[in-house]
Amino acid sequence: MNQLERIAAALEKGEVETVIELTNEALGAGLDPGRIVDDGLIAGMTVVGGLFRKHEIFLPDVLMAAKAMNGAMEIVKPLLTGGGGRGLGRVVIGTIEGDLHDIGKNLVGVMLKGAGFDVIDLGSDVSPGRFVDTAVESGASVIGMSALLTTTMANMEKAVRLVKERRLDEKIRVIVGGAPLSEEFAARIGADAYGFDASSAVERVAKLVGEATR
Amino acid sequence: MKPFRARLAAGDLLVSDGAMGTMILSKGFDTLATLESLNLEHPDILEEIAAEYIAAGADIVETNTFGASPMKLAGYGLADEAEAINRAAVKAARCAANRAGGRYVAGSVGPTGKLLEPYGDGKPSALRASFAEQIAVLAAEGVDAVFIETMTDLEEALLALGAAREVAPSIPVAVTLTFDETPRGFFTLMGQPLERAAGELKHSGADLVGTNCGNGIETMIRATAALRAAGTLPILVQSNAGLPEAAERGVVYPETPDFFRRKGEELITSGANIIGGCCGTTPEHIRALCAAGERRLS
Repeated sequence: MNQLERIAAALEKGEVETVIELTNEALGAGLDPGRIVDDGLIAGMTVVGGLFRKHEIFLPDVLMAAKAMNGAMEIVKPLLTGGGGRGLGRVVIGTIEGDLHDIGKNLVGVMLKGAGFDVIDLGSDVSPGRFVDTAVESGASVIGMSALLTTTMANMEKAVRLVKERRLDEKIRVIVGGAPLSEEFAARIGADAYGFDASSAVERVAKLVGEATR
Repeated sequence: MKPFRARLAAGDLLVSDGAMGTMILSKGFDTLATLESLNLEHPDILEEIAAEYIAAGADIVETNTFGASPMKLAGYGLADEAEAINRAAVKAARCAANRAGGRYVAGSVGPTGKLLEPYGDGKPSALRASFAEQIAVLAAEGVDAVFIETMTDLEEALLALGAAREVAPSIPVAVTLTFDETPRGFFTLMGQPLERAAGELKHSGADLVGTNCGNGIETMIRATAALRAAGTLPILVQSNAGLPEAAERGVVYPETPDFFRRKGEELITSGANIIGGCCGTTPEHIRALCAAGERRLS
């Protein structure tokens, strides 16, 4: 097993310390930081995402893998060309107004950062106006909203409407996710995409960034 | 009134109320920071909702305290109001229950919203203390039972159950979890199998185990059968009305009272002892579950 494969394998097992140790070793050995991210960390996270989707592993395993990835990214990020956000695009994420649940949102944030996106995390209980204002001010092309409560998911529609009212829908795409949501719900409120889980959210965001006009 | 535990021991089928949150929203309170702030501002609405469920046939009404643990309220800057919020909710439900007579009040206790260490920053002792504080108030205010509900982590459920056993040893406690159905069976979000959850909750002194919210009543029927196969405790099942769909204003839930009437009987047959509703259910859904119960008895 080469160094990158070892990083991926340790990440799949959620071994935070080992992943950080191996990442330092790989950097010391002169490996390209971009390759450490792509072929080590993201490769491992992709395996984790796949196993999660098949119910072979559960949230705790994904959380530990994400923790390991976050730890390693702290080290690698300053060394990446462009200083971190590798030009893939900027995404504003947060949990919608009224909702404080952030487990899923945080997971999506880690995965997006790992995949090379520049992520602005507004935290939880974020108003539609704040989502849109932040996206405009920061030049983000995607807004990602999360909700866990069936009583708050309707607030997502207000943000989608706000993007359209301000005629920003060519520039800013909206993706939504969360346990009570569905593809149909996302379509009905006029969102551009639905993220079933963290890994599918990353795939969809990548597509949305491509669609949005700068 | 016959004690709650005696009804369980006699094998009586009981019907609980349905959703609280979506009922509050449907009454026009859709700008609340948190649903629990209504307890101090408009307890009359809580009493009205409880009375509607009782009129529909519910034997048990729950307090509007799902998010009223001090730890959860702290997220809204309301931790200092925890005692008053819990007290007001019990009073409102109790008023409605007393007026009808022969109805029970169950104190609702929901998750703290924290992930336990090492996955998050939740310290077990802090979660347990928060649960203990809430449950002590519910007990002092005279609830007939405590419903610890919508738990996604068995460990957190056990902390709440332990707290209940400590501060309210004589009050019956039900613990319901939400499960994901996988090809290998039912699991909590944190990956604990249903069978293990049922075993550990019984061992730790729960009076009832069960499942709530979920993904519609049909999944609940299968989860109930799995719980019945896994253990001997009475089972509490509160199903939502399916996954919400976007509507003209807010969201709608796909499963109708009529669907609940047809499926309610299967729910009872699969082993449920207390049946009721969760998100998206209305007094009409509870009326339908009562009809299902009666049809089965006759």
